[in-house]
Amino acid sequence: MLTVDQVSKQFTTPQGPLPVLYQVSLDLAAGQSLALTGESGSGKSTLLHLIAGLDQVDQGRICIGEHDITAQDESGRAALRRQTVGLVFQQFNLIPSLTVAANLAFQARLAGRFDAAELARLAQRLGLTEVMERYPEQLSGGQQQRVAIGRVLAAKPALVLADEPTGNLDEATGDAVLDLFLEGVKATGSALLMVTHSPRLAARLDRCQHLHMGRLEPL
Amino acid sequence: MRLLLISLALILAACSDPTPGGDDAVTQGFAGLGGDADEFAQVDPSQPLQFPEDHAAHPEYRIEWWYATANLQDQQGRRYGIQWTLFRQALEPEAQLGDWQDGQVWMAHVGLTTAEDHWQGERFGRSGGGQAGVVTEPFYQAWLDDWSLKEVRAPGSERSPSALDPLSHLRLQADTDDFAYDLVLQTDQSLVLHGDDGFSRKSERGQASWYYSQPFYQVNGRLTLPDGEQVTVRGDGWLDREWSSQPLAPEQQGWDWFSLQLDSGERVMLFRLREDDDDESFRAGTWISVAGEATPLTPQQIDMTPTETTEVAGRTVPVGWRLRLPDFGLDIDTHPLNPQSWMDTSIPYWEGPVEFSGSHTGRGYLEMTGY
Amino acid sequence: MPFIGTLGLVLVTLFSHWRRHPVQGLAWLSGLLLATALWSGVQALNAQARDSYDRAASLFDGAALPSLVAREGSLLAQTDYSALRRQGWPVSPVLEGRLEFPRTEADPLRLTLVGIDPLTLPAEATAGQAVDGTGSDLIAFLTNPGRTLVSPDSLRALQASPGDRISTTDEQMLPPLAVNASIPPGSLLVDIGFAQRLLSREGQVNRLLIPDDPSWLDRPLPANVAERLRWQAGQSEEDLGRLTDSFHLNLTALGLLAFVVGLFIVHGSTGLAFEQRRGLLRTLRACGVSQRTVLVGLLTELLLLALVAGLLGLCLGYLVAGWLLPDVAASLQGLYGARVSDQLHLDPQWWLTGLGMALGGALLASLSSLWQAARMPVLALARSEAWGQRQSGQLRLQTRVGLVLLAGAVLILTTGSGLVLAFAGLAALLLGAALCLPMVLSLCLRLGQRFARGPLSEWFWAETRQQLSGLSLALMALLLALAANVGVGGMVDSFRLTFTGWLDQRLAAEAYLNADSPQQAERIDNWLQQQPDVDAVLPTVQATVRYGDWPLEINGIRPHATYEDYWPVLQLRPGAWFNLAAGQGALVSEQWVRTHGSGPGDEVTLTGDRAWTLTIEGVYADYGNPRPQMLVSGSALSDWYTGTPRQGFSLRLPPEKASDLVAKARDELSLSDFAAIDQASVRGFSEQVFERTFVATGALNTLTLAVAAIALFTSLLTLSHSRLPQLAPLWAQGVTRRHLAWLEGARTLGLALLTVLLAIPLGLLLAWVLVAVINVEAFGWRLPLYFFPLQWLTLAGLALISALLATAWPAWRLGRQSAGRWVRVFATEGGH
Repeated sequence: MLTVDQVSKQFTTPQGPLPVLYQVSLDLAAGQSLALTGESGSGKSTLLHLIAGLDQVDQGRICIGEHDITAQDESGRAALRRQTVGLVFQQFNLIPSLTVAANLAFQARLAGRFDAAELARLAQRLGLTEVMERYPEQLSGGQQQRVAIGRVLAAKPALVLADEPTGNLDEATGDAVLDLFLEGVKATGSALLMVTHSPRLAARLDRCQHLHMGRLEPL
Repeated sequence: MRLLLISLALILAACSDPTPGGDDAVTQGFAGLGGDADEFAQVDPSQPLQFPEDHAAHPEYRIEWWYATANLQDQQGRRYGIQWTLFRQALEPEAQLGDWQDGQVWMAHVGLTTAEDHWQGERFGRSGGGQAGVVTEPFYQAWLDDWSLKEVRAPGSERSPSALDPLSHLRLQADTDDFAYDLVLQTDQSLVLHGDDGFSRKSERGQASWYYSQPFYQVNGRLTLPDGEQVTVRGDGWLDREWSSQPLAPEQQGWDWFSLQLDSGERVMLFRLREDDDDESFRAGTWISVAGEATPLTPQQIDMTPTETTEVAGRTVPVGWRLRLPDFGLDIDTHPLNPQSWMDTSIPYWEGPVEFSGSHTGRGYLEMTGY
Repeated sequence: MPFIGTLGLVLVTLFSHWRRHPVQGLAWLSGLLLATALWSGVQALNAQARDSYDRAASLFDGAALPSLVAREGSLLAQTDYSALRRQGWPVSPVLEGRLEFPRTEADPLRLTLVGIDPLTLPAEATAGQAVDGTGSDLIAFLTNPGRTLVSPDSLRALQASPGDRISTTDEQMLPPLAVNASIPPGSLLVDIGFAQRLLSREGQVNRLLIPDDPSWLDRPLPANVAERLRWQAGQSEEDLGRLTDSFHLNLTALGLLAFVVGLFIVHGSTGLAFEQRRGLLRTLRACGVSQRTVLVGLLTELLLLALVAGLLGLCLGYLVAGWLLPDVAASLQGLYGARVSDQLHLDPQWWLTGLGMALGGALLASLSSLWQAARMPVLALARSEAWGQRQSGQLRLQTRVGLVLLAGAVLILTTGSGLVLAFAGLAALLLGAALCLPMVLSLCLRLGQRFARGPLSEWFWAETRQQLSGLSLALMALLLALAANVGVGGMVDSFRLTFTGWLDQRLAAEAYLNADSPQQAERIDNWLQQQPDVDAVLPTVQATVRYGDWPLEINGIRPHATYEDYWPVLQLRPGAWFNLAAGQGALVSEQWVRTHGSGPGDEVTLTGDRAWTLTIEGVYADYGNPRPQMLVSGSALSDWYTGTPRQGFSLRLPPEKASDLVAKARDELSLSDFAAIDQASVRGFSEQVFERTFVATGALNTLTLAVAAIALFTSLLTLSHSRLPQLAPLWAQGVTRRHLAWLEGARTLGLALLTVLLAIPLGLLLAWVLVAVINVEAFGWRLPLYFFPLQWLTLAGLALISALLATAWPAWRLGRQSAGRWVRVFATEGGH
């Protein structure tokens, strides 16, 4: 499903080039989940962004299914995000001017997979039925992240990428949200790559890999 | 300004469409000459013509014209035809002549035809400002701007009542951007009155006009051609005078008119008024002997048959004719000097010199309207 | 998913922002709407005036071409017309004259009757098409009872309807009226025969037109008319366009200023909306919308909004123009004698141009936001800390550009010449000053910060500086509007003072009588000799000729102490009045010096039948007259001038007897109200013209100020939305919400006050440029600049009141917001 092959990346800073990733390789089969751990600055978010096509590799190849995203141009990568990938961030990144219902449906409509009945079931599973007509700013943090998760799941992406999805939530809320998230991913049949600094959360996924100073280390 | 000319043309056409086949043309005749004219003065044969008074304009009639044509030749033998026409049109009944609101509009056409080319000019005017008019005193003249027909008289001489007609010695002038002419027309013969002492019928239903001619002019003078060349010419000329308030019947679309100057000295005027769906159009004419005696021709005496047509300005026009007057032993074929003698004026028509052969030879002018 | 579907979803999402922030959207729309309205309103006025000039000029297109007129007097015999026609000259007669129609007793409606002959009219003349295009037939025009073609506005002025037959004050009946839009306002077109009858000029015409064919001009006139006729250089209708150009340029500049001020609002709201939607745009990208689609979406949104605002703005502009038109028409007539229709009719081009301006303006104002959106990386999630840094860089760049513009303005204004360049200099000055404003304010605030004592005060200054960027555009708009008001107001009032003083000098005589004809002049002269009240009679003659490419008014006087005492001379050579009396010297107006470049000591040769060389002996002020003028000896002028000069008499008599004498003269000599007039009436009339001239200017100025106030208001309103996170911590630390609201209000008012203080010197600079540069270029006269502190105070007060109003509502809202909303700041912190 996902193949990361010898990927390197460095950033240009006023102090000179700053290498972030060194020849990182990993695989993820369809329906599998993988946790990527590491401390701050280890390059785990950068790797996630590269996989999402939000940034470009310096060397190496990243394939999602059949598609080599490192060979695609901007609009090709955007199309891949639209069709195949779902992103969940620490910041919920909801669209403040749209209602919860519209936010939930947003990516599914973009991907052309909008199904009202299914969305209603999803909303119920996520416990959002009561707040569908509210605006994001009227929700609690946990609710907002559930909307963000719902938005991704409704589009049924083959690959879900999550970057500290519960990082902004307190532990109890975070756990509850994560339960819903993992359940949902499983139900959708998507592969999941989740970046987290918490070994406790990582343990809940099928596999776990550790990123340290830009290199992958087996745990 | 073009619009204005067109609207003026429409006035002259009174409400007719001069294009062939136009409905109005069918019902109103060429240039509206068949329109209703009850309020204008009507031609009345019980009031005989009087000269020189009737050489003047007749503003109480709807339409009137002074029509001069000439077949000319220069010293090299090149042939020319010239035309000079002054039209008067009354815009309203009981119009008088002289001030700005006299209800009259004047229009003049001039033309010059050679075997290769044809040029024309057109002007409009009013008598109000003295721009156009016809006067008999102190000497006869008809004019619009510098296009004029003037009586020529020796300086200081008076015209006595017994003297020759004022039309017997005329100077004819016109000047356009393309060409100019300055000609002297002279004759010692009398005027010729057509029809019944000048009362000329135009249909079986009573339409008529006053119509007389001077067909015996000898012409001398000078042409200025478009390239600036001046040529001295001589030839024969013909002047028509006609006025009426309704010379055409409503269903008459136009006419074919001939003035013929036979080499043997006789003159012939013939015309045919075409009616839609009727081959037996109204015909009339005058046989004029060498001495100037006029014999009116009845429709039955005249046979006019087109023999040759040509395309002019998108219309099919019969430019070759066979003319027969069996009672006078005349059987001729006419051919135009230039088949493209089209007067592309606001009311367009065909007008040009012709020559003929057969029982007689000679030259003449052909006018065809309503095509 | 097809591109259009994605775009549709993107558009819906983008527009949902405005639904959630309707005030911001309203600000955007109203900014562009007002900008478009003021600009297109001014353009409508200009278009209207130009259309009127064009109609006047093209009635006989020939007006700019020479025509034949009588050598003596103003009439020639119709027989000369026919004589020329009969020699092949394609001339066409025209007879013109004034007719009066009853309106009110004292003020009849005066219209020009123009008689033509449509059959001979040169092909270029619109009059022919007018006769034609009325739908009325030519026959009706030519024959009794005829037709009177009239423009729609004259028809309204006459309070008549098509087909009516109206009578003049002396009870002559006109042919039935027919409307035609190509007839110039104030003119009646009839057949020449009717004109001769109505004007009692049977057999006479004024002039003979000739088609646009130069070959006729070179041809000698036929001998039988040559001694009676002469060529007249084309009449000066075309000059009207040239003379009024400066007036219209003034209007255009004001309109453009208003447009720019409006664009500031658009720029501000677009920028704000972009900042607020930064996250939204990122989310769109993260969800797989390509950058191209996002940009196309933003552009489409912009164009749709601009279309709505543009269309509404055009409608409003139409109303504004309709409202100002009567004043503009009046001032054009007063200043230039130009008749302008007071009924607005606009062609599609006006709508299209206006819409184009709206779209282009919106695009221009949003360019930087679009540019940022195009370059925005998907990542950089937490860059907002760099905001302040980036801002200060921007501020420095902006200030640098402003300084360059100011330098350019100085360069242009001191060395350049020409009206367009002068306006360019003015624009550079204003824009440069506006761009420098934030830096100047920032420096002032830093100064204030240095003197701040106590934490709240320190916070206040620091916060004010930080807020500057959000408010700076609105403040710049305020600065521009205020400076324009101070400047234009200063110019107008300086002009008024100067003008009144000049009127006192110029109208030294107590009464004035004018004659139509030499015969009338003789009658007046005889009559005056029997008037015991008159102390002195100063006869004048006046003629208008052409000198160079310009019309020249020549005033001939009989030298008298009155002139030496009162004439408003600016420069005079010794012995000037003596040389003038001798017919060798002339005084010229300031406009002459500007137009022709010669001044005192130079020689001028007037051509004509006989050359006349004069030495310029001095220069005088001739305010309000766009044409160059010359003062010479009256007898010398009469000798030289081949036509008949207009004759008049300036009378010295005890002022209290002036109006009686004028009344008596009107009565006994049957002179019209304008032919016999006393000083007080002339003065009243002149001042009235003056006032109306600046009504439109004043109104536009006020509107611009209003736009600036709206700009301030909307900026504050939008800013207040993002103020909570900054204020909530202070609230948490024990400052009351009401106190914070007061501080917020005080901050804005303080900034506005600073701006007002800066606007006054800028306005004075503007006034100086207007008086010393623009006026000289536009009208040819220079004015002394006076200061009007009271005016500044009033304006400052007005500006502060509008700032107060603009502040009050957002501050009040801030104070009134529920504590819950304030608490939320902490709950959702980081979520923004």
